[in-house]
Amino acid sequence: MIGEKVVASHPEDSLLRADRLPHIWCPGCGLGAITTSYTRALQESDVDRDRHVTVSGIGCTGRVAGYVHVDSFHTTHGRPIPFATGLKIYNPELEVTVISGDGDLFAIGGNHFIHAARRDAPINVFCVNNFNYAMTGGQHGPTSPVGSNSPTTPAGVSDRPFNLPRLALALGANYVARWTSLHVRQLQRSMQQALNTPGFTFIEILSPCPIGYGKSNGIGDGLDEMRHYRDHCVVDDKASIYDMEIDLRADAPVVLGVFRRDGERKKPRD
Amino acid sequence: MTTETRPRVLTGKHFMNGDTACAEGAVAAGCDFFAGYPITPSTEVAERLAVRLPEVGGKFIVMEDELGSMAAVLGGAWAGARAMTATSGPGFTLMMENIGLGVMTETPCVVVDVQRGSPSTGLPTLVGQSDIMQAKWGSHGDYQIVAYCPATCQEMFDLTVKAFNTADRYRSPVFVLSDEIVGHMTEGVVIPETDEIEITPVRRPTEPPRDDYPVYRPGPDLVPPMPRAGDGYRMHVTGLTHDERGYPAMDPDTHDELVQRLSRKILEHADEIIEYEEVLVDDAEVVVVAYGSVSRSAREAVQQARARGIKAGLLRPITIWPFMSERIKELDPRVKGFVVPELNLGQVAGEVSRHTSKTVRGVNLAGGELLAPGAIIEAIEEVAG
Repeated sequence: MIGEKVVASHPEDSLLRADRLPHIWCPGCGLGAITTSYTRALQESDVDRDRHVTVSGIGCTGRVAGYVHVDSFHTTHGRPIPFATGLKIYNPELEVTVISGDGDLFAIGGNHFIHAARRDAPINVFCVNNFNYAMTGGQHGPTSPVGSNSPTTPAGVSDRPFNLPRLALALGANYVARWTSLHVRQLQRSMQQALNTPGFTFIEILSPCPIGYGKSNGIGDGLDEMRHYRDHCVVDDKASIYDMEIDLRADAPVVLGVFRRDGERKKPRD
Repeated sequence: MTTETRPRVLTGKHFMNGDTACAEGAVAAGCDFFAGYPITPSTEVAERLAVRLPEVGGKFIVMEDELGSMAAVLGGAWAGARAMTATSGPGFTLMMENIGLGVMTETPCVVVDVQRGSPSTGLPTLVGQSDIMQAKWGSHGDYQIVAYCPATCQEMFDLTVKAFNTADRYRSPVFVLSDEIVGHMTEGVVIPETDEIEITPVRRPTEPPRDDYPVYRPGPDLVPPMPRAGDGYRMHVTGLTHDERGYPAMDPDTHDELVQRLSRKILEHADEIIEYEEVLVDDAEVVVVAYGSVSRSAREAVQQARARGIKAGLLRPITIWPFMSERIKELDPRVKGFVVPELNLGQVAGEVSRHTSKTVRGVNLAGGELLAPGAIIEAIEEVAG
């Protein structure tokens, strides 16, 4: 039965707003696993929990802020990055992390991402990429691969998608990584690394969206997409940015890894 | 490089332009965060604060656009800042998105709009007063907003100080709705002693942090105390309809209660918020309602009409929103009519009409230059009959 307590406590209880569960995400969605990686990264963080702030925008990933038990802000569509910038600039003691989706951060909010990275805004940006606008029903967005299907592209997507690590690397982010919701240990460790890296950091996290993207693109349900991750993901920190394109419909490698770490670019500033 | 560090309050007599006086009012009021984007004719506010905020330990940032500026202002406010931005019509339009979030999340901040000729890019360097209704209704949804209309450089200082106090008192974005003439003219400004400047900061929670703290439980004045990020309340703040815990709640009762309270907390304190100036109104048969730069011409027009034997008076809204409806209703039985000169096509005239059965004669120019007293006198004579 929904809401029935089957165990007395859960290791993540103190980091989740348990009174808000169950969450709203669909069966097969990767956001639950990703949120767990984040709460574990918070648990392991050297920063006091009351100094952690989570900011998200609008969409499925935008709801993460509502479940994580730290000071959390669920802002307007596309604007979590400037909101987070205001928080951090006024109070540099805060550890401010934006968790939001690919549509929120790279379509309506794309300009803010570009400028936050350029100015080395001392915030972390964790983007959950499910290749579509899931909350509104699976429409194509700025990460949908060419030829993929969506309710707003009856003839298939014709525009090129963003390659997010390539973009973040070009903009000079201090830390750039990509993982999937299958790689929960690596993701958690990567989140901890980002939290410990001064300046602007970025992690892309691929997530199944069986309802919005998987079903209409022949990828199957959440488990099928996890199998695809298992079979196709290649961890290569030194990968060429040109090999980082993703199309889950193809029998092609999906490159993961930490593509840039603290100190490779310049002396970071806080 | 060494720079002279000036104090927060520049007590003394100054000769400064309106935008600069606005910036000094902000600093004197304890503003310690500005995020904005340059736009004529408000740019001098940002330029002054770029120098002054670092002098007093505040933070200043130019964002990539007004969408981001307004978001950063809200973020700064939640971190504990007395936060502001300054803009003009095109930027004000972009800010409406997060002004709505500011209303819904009850985030105190000050937005200065130095109006220019509009719509669209309009007349960037020339005066207009056509953002009055946008200030009232610009963001989607039902809410009440407080907006002040300065008519002098002194008021650019004084009303900016007041705007910060009002924003904190009612936990809401508050507007200083200036115009290009007031922003760009230079005149005497007296900055008082520090202890003569009233500063009433936002109310913070008095209870120690606890897990289930009701971050949106209002006090008897309908305004909830505001924690800061990092205070330990582990609060959730959302633009979704929310309950007292701040949790999203998608039911009509919670929504109605919240939206009603957001309006009521302003309207039930309208007497404290609404300010106006009256000149020769007591025996007036024709009352001129004028605000901002145009009120300066209207003041002259009223004097000249009196010299011609017409009982004219000036009613100048200092608070334009909420509107001084009660005062219009009180005057209604005693007057022949109202004259409303403004640099738009009748935005405040329409508001006056809602509260009187008498003639409301607009004197309108879409913008670009100040209305001269002559046109206002003609209208006064016409209404006087």
